Amino acid sequence: MKYAHYPGCSAHSTARDMHESCLAVSKALGIELNEIKGWTCCGASSAHQTDRELAASLASANLVKAGRMGMDMVVNCAACYNRSKVANYEMVHSEDMRRAVAESLGEPYDGSVPVRHFVEILLKDVGVAALRKKITSPLTGLKAAAYYGCYLVRPPEATNFDDPENPTILERLIEVTGAENVEWSGKVDCCGGMQNLTRTEITVRRSAAVIDMARAAGAECIVVACPMCQISLDVRQADMEKLLGRKYDMPVIYLTQLLGLALGMSPRELGFDRLMVDPAAVLKARKEAVPSRR
Amino acid sequence: MTIRITKQGTTGGLIKAVERRADVNLSVCYQCRKCSIGCPVAGETESPPSEIIRRLQLGAGDELLQTDLIWTCLACETCYARCPNQINFAAVIDALKSIAVEKGVAKPKGDAPLFNRSFLNSVKSYGRAYDLKAIAAYKLGTGSLGQDMDKFPAMLKKGKMAILPPSGADKGTVSRIFDKASKNRGTGR
Repeated sequence: MKYAHYPGCSAHSTARDMHESCLAVSKALGIELNEIKGWTCCGASSAHQTDRELAASLASANLVKAGRMGMDMVVNCAACYNRSKVANYEMVHSEDMRRAVAESLGEPYDGSVPVRHFVEILLKDVGVAALRKKITSPLTGLKAAAYYGCYLVRPPEATNFDDPENPTILERLIEVTGAENVEWSGKVDCCGGMQNLTRTEITVRRSAAVIDMARAAGAECIVVACPMCQISLDVRQADMEKLLGRKYDMPVIYLTQLLGLALGMSPRELGFDRLMVDPAAVLKARKEAVPSRR
Repeated sequence: MTIRITKQGTTGGLIKAVERRADVNLSVCYQCRKCSIGCPVAGETESPPSEIIRRLQLGAGDELLQTDLIWTCLACETCYARCPNQINFAAVIDALKSIAVEKGVAKPKGDAPLFNRSFLNSVKSYGRAYDLKAIAAYKLGTGSLGQDMDKFPAMLKKGKMAILPPSGADKGTVSRIFDKASKNRGTGR
């Protein structure tokens, strides 16, 4: 299991917890991640709002580099995953776009380098059976809401990730950790992350609605695979409390962090101390509820 | 829905420019409104997605670029995913945004164009996003330095926001891409 790894800019800033837990889990499972040398920003949401060809060129620059390594490109940030998949889709379907990107990169790219999200690697390449064998500290009794947001599932023509209205990849991985999935209808709703700094109140309201729904379904934590969702749902809880006048206090954890715990790793090496809403109380309550386990 | 069109600028409206830029055919929209029903910010805008398409079909001109409704979009792409005719409405919004910025008429609440410029400038300089610099530039420009000041100390302390600029990127390739965008399409000028 060898991959060209695209960490994405947030790996060294707002999503170090995502990055650290991804590396730790990979090491434990024998997933070889080879960081793409000199990787650059995918353009994120600012490039596609500004200039479509600029967006496709920035994303394609990394795909060209991954292509030279001869491996699938693995991305753990859902936003970078989305931009890379959309770039591939546009390169395959539009001759004008291929021409514009070739002109700006100085070399042609045909959209053929496979792009995969890290959770797809866990489910499809490692597999549930192999994962189950490695679980040493099952999270029995923990009630989790799997949250996908937008970037993994939309647009389905380009991402082709899972069922766009009812994906289950995260649930299948959460189930492996021993935690319990709650049934809820908010898993592909939008957290409003794109307006986090520009129209903050929209983000606060959208993210609060997601947490309210997860809580109503009985969730004790929300499990994510996107740094934009993680930041909106976690960091904005103080603003939700101010705006809506009620306590939130809902831990928002990366899937790789949850899996790492079940693989027996310490919260510290998985970046748990970086989360704004501390999940310690929820995790402790679970341990006390099943003290005799193992 | 009553739509009154007061045509401004661009003869024949914006539709052709938007269709070309977004690579869509808006004449296939039959107003089923699935896009508007699924839109998480429909209630916060003057016009939900299906109405923007109808306005374009009816010949809307530059006045559409001056309202802030095109900047309320979250780019969640629920509209595109559910459209029975596969109209990429997210690309329509991007097209309207870029035309508005180019014509110098985009003045939305929250100044997203300034945020995008600040973000892309950091990418141009470092080859990767430098959040702290981009956010500082945006907040200085909008005079909103005070907002979120309660969060930054904790985020920096927890290492949830990098203090130092990113390093290790292939800056040559990124410079080339931005140069071509500026030369060929005027992006960033």
